[in-house]
Amino acid sequence: MSPPSLLSSVRGHGDPAGDTGYAEHPPRMGFFTDTSLCIGCKACEVACKEWNRVPEDGLNFTGMSFDNTEGLSADTWRHVAFIEQRKPIAGSEANFQHTSANVIDLGLAPAPGTAPPAGTELDSDFRWLMASDVCKHCTDAACLDVCPTGALFRTEFGTVVVQEDICNGCGYCVPACPYGVIGKREEDGRVWKCTLCYDRLGQGQEPACAKACPTNSIQFGELDELRERASGRVEQLQQAGVLDARLYGHDPHDGVGGDGAFFLLLDEPEVYGLPPDPVATTRDLPRMWRNAAIAAVGLLGAVGASFAGHR
Amino acid sequence: MSRSEMTVNGRTGGRRRGRRGRRESMVGEAEFSSYYGRPVVKEPTWAPLDIAGYLFLGGLAGASSALAAGAELSARPGLARPLKLGAAGAISLSLLALVHDLGRPARFLNMLRVFKPTSPMSVGVWILTAYAPAAGAAALDELVPLGRLRPLGKLGTAGAALLGPAVASYTAVLISDTATPAWHEGHREMPFVFVGSAASAAAGLGLLGAPLAENAPARRLAVIGALAELAAVRLLERRVGIVAETYHRGRAGVLMRAAEALSLLGVAGAIRGGHRSRLAAALSGAALLAASACARFGIFEAGRASARDPKYTVKPQRERLRDEQP
Repeated sequence: MSPPSLLSSVRGHGDPAGDTGYAEHPPRMGFFTDTSLCIGCKACEVACKEWNRVPEDGLNFTGMSFDNTEGLSADTWRHVAFIEQRKPIAGSEANFQHTSANVIDLGLAPAPGTAPPAGTELDSDFRWLMASDVCKHCTDAACLDVCPTGALFRTEFGTVVVQEDICNGCGYCVPACPYGVIGKREEDGRVWKCTLCYDRLGQGQEPACAKACPTNSIQFGELDELRERASGRVEQLQQAGVLDARLYGHDPHDGVGGDGAFFLLLDEPEVYGLPPDPVATTRDLPRMWRNAAIAAVGLLGAVGASFAGHR
Repeated sequence: MSRSEMTVNGRTGGRRRGRRGRRESMVGEAEFSSYYGRPVVKEPTWAPLDIAGYLFLGGLAGASSALAAGAELSARPGLARPLKLGAAGAISLSLLALVHDLGRPARFLNMLRVFKPTSPMSVGVWILTAYAPAAGAAALDELVPLGRLRPLGKLGTAGAALLGPAVASYTAVLISDTATPAWHEGHREMPFVFVGSAASAAAGLGLLGAPLAENAPARRLAVIGALAELAAVRLLERRVGIVAETYHRGRAGVLMRAAEALSLLGVAGAIRGGHRSRLAAALSGAALLAASACARFGIFEAGRASARDPKYTVKPQRERLRDEQP
């Protein structure tokens, strides 16, 4: 087997910093993003861009509700998703048929003087889901595993950060991430993503997005404590009749060993653009190497066989 | 709640074009949810010419080195020579393509500051670091009289022959060790597809460059390689489930079909005329080389297409969850 510090994905554990080799380290820090509290103000997006000096990446109009940010990328480290559904926000029944939960036709920007017909948009069976997405800082981080330069590393806080002075822009981490988080900044050539404000953490400060969040939808803290708080919150919401409430990325036994940044969602993960069952690709790596070795030996054998016989 | 009844935002099927008209045509396909049809995972940023080109050239080089050593051992200098020169040329172009594809080419050497078994790219760089000089020495031995350094040429030939198969097969792990559905879902079969493709490419080079009297091993390897590749691709397409669509549709579909046709053409030509007509041998060889290139670009394009459509990420994962919790 390979050195344990390198095979983060092949083992199950809850202490990535310790497993990486930090003898003494602070507790694992993370985010609990409670989307039931999100009001879609995008203060997190702005605070992140400002603090981390993330460049502007296009002012597009997408028509995707109030979301013109589109998704996480090299230049977007917090992304607020907007989902409009014909569905009541609270007291949601568990077996709701999503067939009717299509996007509301907002009839964007009616011509001046023409009011929309009364009642068309004032449907009480309407809910707006908003969720601030971010790098998950996985326990088993595929991006970190596949990085060939060591530019991606595990911090003492258990987070995953790119060293911009090491990254040579090979781009391997980009398709490796099961969440599609990390991206390449084309004009710069290197990859970039959320650092969980590594610089602020070092100074005992909370990350910029959490600091700016006006509703405490983004909660920063020790991961163990956040997980406890989250299970209490989901129970509270369930009892209040929000039967759709569920946690995402909180389970240390999931395909990435649990996320350092996890979520409370009000619908299936894929509705928010999140994978329903992400798995760190490196979990299958031992089998891949084995098959590659068999194939290589097979190739040698085939070449040898082609010299058997006459002429 | 029945999953097949789920639609959110009307973007079932994950396609933004003509989604209303598509609803009927999707009968029989289970529907799935997505965020406005946007991809879940990111498409590789690799340039097709650089990286698919490298998959082809690396395979060609690796298998050629192995075939060249066999040719040398069996006293077929006319077969060994084009293979050794071809391997050195192909691996040189490969290295150029790999460095060219970096966002910061000047930092290529940062690859050599670590060795990480969890990173197939890191492992690959170290394999290439050992293989490329060996292949170079083998080629040099063909080009100039090495005099007292002759044993280095022989050592290069032997070393390249042993490392070549690793060069040809590790690239399968390189692309499978991603969240790209068409690649990762096929991770069991991909190494066999790749070495099959590499073998038929090397056989093609041998048929193209060797005299008729010496090309018998190349003809045999063409048959073995092409059939192995064909079988492995079939197996892969059957095992990857819905993601197999990406190998059949669009640009990837055209390339994969072209690869299969060229491959069969090359094998037929090699069997029928490869031993008596120099032209037939050369044409068969060219067809096999083209087939291998088409297959690599096709696999590359299938990967890109599978990352672009959230269907290929969400549906297999949903099926997995359903199977785990009956």
